Amino acid sequence: MSAAVSSLGRRSVGQRVQDEPPAARAALIAVALAFLGLFLVLPLALVFVSAFSEGVGAFVSAITHPDTLSAIRLTLLTAAIAVPLNVVFGIAAAWLISKYEFAGKSVLLSLIDLPFSVSPVISGLLFVLLFGAQSPLAPLLALADVRVIFAVPGIVLATTFVTFPLVAREVLAVMQAEGSQEEEAALTMGATGLQILWHVTLPKVRWGVLYGVILCNARAMGEFGAVSVVSGHIRGETNTLPLHVEILYNEYVFAGAFAVASLLASLALVTLVAKEVVQWRARRGRTPLRPAPEVGA
Amino acid sequence: MSVEGIALVKHFGGEGEVAAVRGVSFQAPAGRITSLLGPSGSGKSTLLRMVAGLEKPDAGTVHIDGRDVTRIPVREREVGFVFQSYALFRHMTVADNVAFGLRIRKRPKDAIAKKVSALLDLVQLGEYGHRLPDELSGGQRQRIALARALATEPRVLLLDEPFGALDTKVRVELREWLLRLHEELPVTTLLVTHDQEEAFELSEHVVLLDAGTVAQAGSPTEIYERPANPFVAAFVGGANKLAGDRDAFVRPQDVGVRKAHGEDGDHVAIVERLVRIGGYVKLSVAMKDGHTITVQMPKHEFDERGIERGDRVLVDLRDVKTFPRGDYAI
Repeated sequence: MSAAVSSLGRRSVGQRVQDEPPAARAALIAVALAFLGLFLVLPLALVFVSAFSEGVGAFVSAITHPDTLSAIRLTLLTAAIAVPLNVVFGIAAAWLISKYEFAGKSVLLSLIDLPFSVSPVISGLLFVLLFGAQSPLAPLLALADVRVIFAVPGIVLATTFVTFPLVAREVLAVMQAEGSQEEEAALTMGATGLQILWHVTLPKVRWGVLYGVILCNARAMGEFGAVSVVSGHIRGETNTLPLHVEILYNEYVFAGAFAVASLLASLALVTLVAKEVVQWRARRGRTPLRPAPEVGA
Repeated sequence: MSVEGIALVKHFGGEGEVAAVRGVSFQAPAGRITSLLGPSGSGKSTLLRMVAGLEKPDAGTVHIDGRDVTRIPVREREVGFVFQSYALFRHMTVADNVAFGLRIRKRPKDAIAKKVSALLDLVQLGEYGHRLPDELSGGQRQRIALARALATEPRVLLLDEPFGALDTKVRVELREWLLRLHEELPVTTLLVTHDQEEAFELSEHVVLLDAGTVAQAGSPTEIYERPANPFVAAFVGGANKLAGDRDAFVRPQDVGVRKAHGEDGDHVAIVERLVRIGGYVKLSVAMKDGHTITVQMPKHEFDERGIERGDRVLVDLRDVKTFPRGDYAI
């Protein structure tokens, strides 16, 4: 997933060079397709085939099992908190970085990328150290009767941390590509900072935001490593969908594991389609629909 | 509503070739168009942005109508700014673009509608209100940007290379159109341009900038006829630099050539190259001292003289501007 840092803002139209002989071209395409089939299509198909290997009844009962439903609820809840938080923080960070010059800007930029550069497991451990039983904060948390680790708050925190760069990176790239002259024009016309953000900047970067939201949501729902460390795997309580898949699999409930996994796979497919739609809309928004002929004054 | 800049200084931190302003004072008379003219990197855009408040000067002050506005934020300066790249709001219709400043000011709806339609008529795009900026041509977009800048009735209009992104034909048309518009609506205007023809045609007062300082300020005639220093002489009219112990310049159209018939001396040169450009002919002639100078003459005059490539010609330098050496460092 971390390869998805590519962005709307930086994407450019590729050049078409076609001077290879047809045989070479066919061979290249065959290799690429074979690779795609072997490593992407086949596993995906296998997930769905295995999910239904014991019949539709088994599939339905697996995904309607109370523990599965609880995992779905927790996953949705986590995404519902993490994604909006990251949208707000992401837009704020991107706005700050693209519009202002300040000391420590490059440090902030690297910090935004931090969740991608460390292993999710380390991210999870980081929260255990910070909020776990051995941490200096533990007495305070106990006093307030708040459980973070092995509870929902920890899962939300870890997920938010791991998915933070997705919105920020996308929005930043679009903001930098679009420049800030429209904002300056609005400023000379008397608009305040908030009016500029609402009427000028957000409409300008809306496709970037949406693209970031889609990626962030997919990652938030699919996150395993960091969540696994902080969750404690309490069935029906702190199990998200990916963790639930693992538990079922480890208990040799293969059809059940794949049934739940097929839910996640479907999410991935929906994400893929949504991503393409947004990219297509964003590209269309950037090219003139009907360029008018030059008419003299 | 005059604009005045006093001893303005702006440095840009960091490496690279960034424009800086190194102590510029200038005046833009009320109700007139004043040009800030100069090559790229001369600091003219930075100066304009300081007048708008988009850049904060490191030193010096900006006065609008006699009032010091240096510490007044952009949104309260009441300036209209037009960018080279139009900077229209692409998600809004043309009418909404023009209405933006008025909506921000919470003017009554019917007053806004009236004003917007009057402005669209003024820029001769009355029928285009419902379109999106992307559906207009470059020239039309820039006229909308101008209408939008005028909507809030700014005290000063600031134009940053407004025709820079347009092709030559549209540039020339828009120039004439802007002159007529300004007669109708004489807002104090500051125009940034690197095009001397544009500056001379549009403005009565020109501030010529060189490397962040004022090289000369005055009327187009003054600058053209009496360049204050070698930079101005060389910049205006694409002048030739002549050899000698003084800085001497002559403009291509101030050089006469006729065929030499056996004469000899310093004023004999060889025609190295000739190019016909419409009504003009441009010649490169190699002087005895090794310098090559460019000559420009009307086509009919050239044809009368029957000059060809490789010919020996007599060169007549009609209007040479000379400066004592060392005057360059100001």
